[in-house]
Amino acid sequence: MKKVLLLAVFALASAVTYAGGYRVSLQGNKSLAMGHTGVAVINSSESVFFNPAALVYLEDKFSISVGVHGVFSNIAYQDAETGANARTDSPVGTPLYLYASYQANDWLAFGLGVYTPYGSSVEYEEDWAGSHLVNNIDLQAIYIQPTISFKINDKLSVGGGPIYVTGSVNFNRNLNRTLTDLEGNRANVTVDASGVSNWGWVASAMVNLTEDLHIGATYRSEIILDAEDGDADFENVPNSPLTPFADTTFNASLPLPAEMTVGMSYDFCENWTFAFDFNRTFWDVYESLDLDFANSEIPDSKNARNYKNSSIYRFGMQYEATKMFTLRAGYYFDESPVREGYFAPETPRNDSNNFTAGLTVNLGEHLQIDASFLYSHFKEVDASYNYYFENGVAVPFKGTYKTNAFVPGLGLTYKL
Amino acid sequence: MKNILKYTFAVLAVGFVSCEPEFDSPVTDDGFYSSGSADFSKYVSVGNSLTAGYADGALYITGQNNSYPNIMAQQFSFVGGGDFTQPLMNDNLGGLLLGGSQIAENRFVLAVGPNGNPGPVRLDGMPTTDVSNKLSGSFNNMGVPGAKSFHLVAPGYGNVAGVPTGAANPYFARFASSESATVIGDAAAQNATFFTLWIGNNDILSYATSGGAGVDQTGNLDPTSYGSNDITDPNVFAAVYSQQVDALTANGAKGVLVNIPEVTSIPYFTTVPTNAIPLDAATAAQLNAQFAAYNNQILPGLVGIGLISAEEAALRKINFSASLNNFPIMTDDDLTDITTVLQGPPFNLPAQLATLLGQLRQVNANDLIVLPASSVLGSTPDPNNPQGVIGVSIPLTDQYVLAASEQARVTAASTAYNATIQALAGAKNLAFVDAKAALSRVANGGIVYDGGLLTSQFVTGGAFSLDGVHPTPRGYAYTANLIIQAINDTYDATIPKVHIGNYGTVTVTNN
Repeated sequence: MKKVLLLAVFALASAVTYAGGYRVSLQGNKSLAMGHTGVAVINSSESVFFNPAALVYLEDKFSISVGVHGVFSNIAYQDAETGANARTDSPVGTPLYLYASYQANDWLAFGLGVYTPYGSSVEYEEDWAGSHLVNNIDLQAIYIQPTISFKINDKLSVGGGPIYVTGSVNFNRNLNRTLTDLEGNRANVTVDASGVSNWGWVASAMVNLTEDLHIGATYRSEIILDAEDGDADFENVPNSPLTPFADTTFNASLPLPAEMTVGMSYDFCENWTFAFDFNRTFWDVYESLDLDFANSEIPDSKNARNYKNSSIYRFGMQYEATKMFTLRAGYYFDESPVREGYFAPETPRNDSNNFTAGLTVNLGEHLQIDASFLYSHFKEVDASYNYYFENGVAVPFKGTYKTNAFVPGLGLTYKL
Repeated sequence: MKNILKYTFAVLAVGFVSCEPEFDSPVTDDGFYSSGSADFSKYVSVGNSLTAGYADGALYITGQNNSYPNIMAQQFSFVGGGDFTQPLMNDNLGGLLLGGSQIAENRFVLAVGPNGNPGPVRLDGMPTTDVSNKLSGSFNNMGVPGAKSFHLVAPGYGNVAGVPTGAANPYFARFASSESATVIGDAAAQNATFFTLWIGNNDILSYATSGGAGVDQTGNLDPTSYGSNDITDPNVFAAVYSQQVDALTANGAKGVLVNIPEVTSIPYFTTVPTNAIPLDAATAAQLNAQFAAYNNQILPGLVGIGLISAEEAALRKINFSASLNNFPIMTDDDLTDITTVLQGPPFNLPAQLATLLGQLRQVNANDLIVLPASSVLGSTPDPNNPQGVIGVSIPLTDQYVLAASEQARVTAASTAYNATIQALAGAKNLAFVDAKAALSRVANGGIVYDGGLLTSQFVTGGAFSLDGVHPTPRGYAYTANLIIQAINDTYDATIPKVHIGNYGTVTVTNN
């Protein structure tokens, strides 16, 4: 039995997890194990995120899922022209989620979701070759989403709710390629803003074509995080009127783009489910990362990003092997929103192939353990960021990047 | 169940450890770059201040970290290069102490003055590098600021007891292996597999920076009789240089020889314009009236009695105009001294006026005025006499001007040195770097790099530090790239160069 299970797990784990830009597609262990599909899957309270309209079809009166993913991501950089090379030593990210659903009656369900769909945590070696672009960044956004789900009839349901977002950002980079204090320490700035909040919304629909074939669609709105009066802390700046970098405050806007997901799921051979999601993220809102410093003597920092909208293609399978075990696997292809020439090292994402697997262990009637694993594979890429300027002259930052990510996850589901 | 989880997580754990992203061909792999036919496992650099990383009128730690040998050594690490040690100073002030009293000034920094204009000033602070604190061990970087070619082979050049009298060098005294050690001996003893040698600059430079105050010793084969501002005889240079190359190649080591740039490539001689004295019409007319007798009677009279030539008389004529572009007056040691003659008949001038006119002429377009003159020209040394203006009524002294005749001596000597260097590089199959041509390109048009243009413009050009003679880190990085190119060409190596835009220029700070 053990042997069979292991084989099954690793056979299914053919190949996909992260996502382009600073999107972190880790919104539930069950869904992630199936290639992060779920817009048309009626499965668990994870539907609060994937498709609120599906909540009304859940069998359980009450269900709550909590979980965490451990994000082990690595970036290697090298420039064959100079021999410069660096590796990130990023802290392990631990995005959390919590989903709860409650069936009020036959046609009405309520839900609550807390999740973190956007974020980034990258830490390069200090003063590495690209330190004028980034030394380290930590970006977090927590979404809190009360949800309502209506069944219109057996074929159609709708759902949605408001989203409250609270976010924080901490970003450090050197001021330029050369400025130091008298002791040779590189001048740098840390910008920090937390408790930045705003509102958005989600709306979705689900259509049951047959008992086994479902299609779903979910739209999550764009939310702009406007950081106001964040702290800008300048370090190692020489004492000179020529370098007027005194600590000040800053304003900046960081967009959390809208996304549209459509997909289908099909139950077959009693115990099997296949799911496909197509996801479009509207990254074109991310044109530039601009830091507007309050101190007028300090030039504002403009960092062109010019992202493009990008697509993700997701495939997932589920097999209810025994009463105790449900096995899952999936794959997704994730298009990078980064255009050529805009490859900035704080989110060095090219297209990725992502492979997922996981399982649920039923411990009695009420309790489940959900586990998942994601491996993100990025091809080695020669890329450059061409929009860094020194005295009006563009100074491209070029090199070869190789990125990967491993994301094990563990969750608990309790249902009544 | 338990076992399955255990097994699963064990597999995952192994996966994370071995799953750092790996490039198809990492630059850090052996063989990505080639050392060609050279061996960089032990690199020793020999030279003067340029090799030591001297900048901004001082030697200090961050400057040393950006010395061209240190930059090269970092790149050599991709092709089997070993550790590279330098006799680091004790601080970033750069001054020197000897037995507690300061014997060398701190570095220059670019400070904004009360008038809002930035300019070089010496950094405040008590230096902590005492020459009598001997460093232990040997150092890969054998660059000794101030060293001339023959100093490298002079026993006792690192004897701290000789520092006060000028018989020894304070920088070498910090790390010489013994009181009688020679620089070249200590370098050769390290048994390097690869070396660079860049020496000879000071053999002409101190003459030039002193406005030709020294003596051209061409023809004098005894360097122990030279003054500190003298030009070294080219035969002396050839003999000691050849001796040094022999010492460094005795074990079969490969290396690089670097030639001597022209002084006219460096901002120390090109920053202060020769004709920037502004005069209004009244002042110009008054001055011309004062010098009318000198121009029209004295000078022709001296030609008439055969004391000076007609050419010299023409050179000595003084003429001012109502413009911003008057040449200052100066005393020139190369002119015939007519002080005594002028006090006798038929001129019968008073002693003070005769002294003023004794070796007087106006600076001309063929002269070079040195950088320190910028704070002297136009100044009034006697606050009670606003009429006593240097360059207008008080001649600029000879030390501030490198006259055409003096430049010719410098050029003649450096041309001879460079012929020796290039011939030896050819004879010994060593790489040769034409620093003279390269620096001339920086001075004439500049070098395009990924952040702009590198020029020899003082302060803003990026190539030269605030002393106007020594490069900035960016200038040294440019030098390192030149040498790496020569190594790659000569030894079929593929050592990567650096981005010079990643290296800084002048340091701004206010005391």
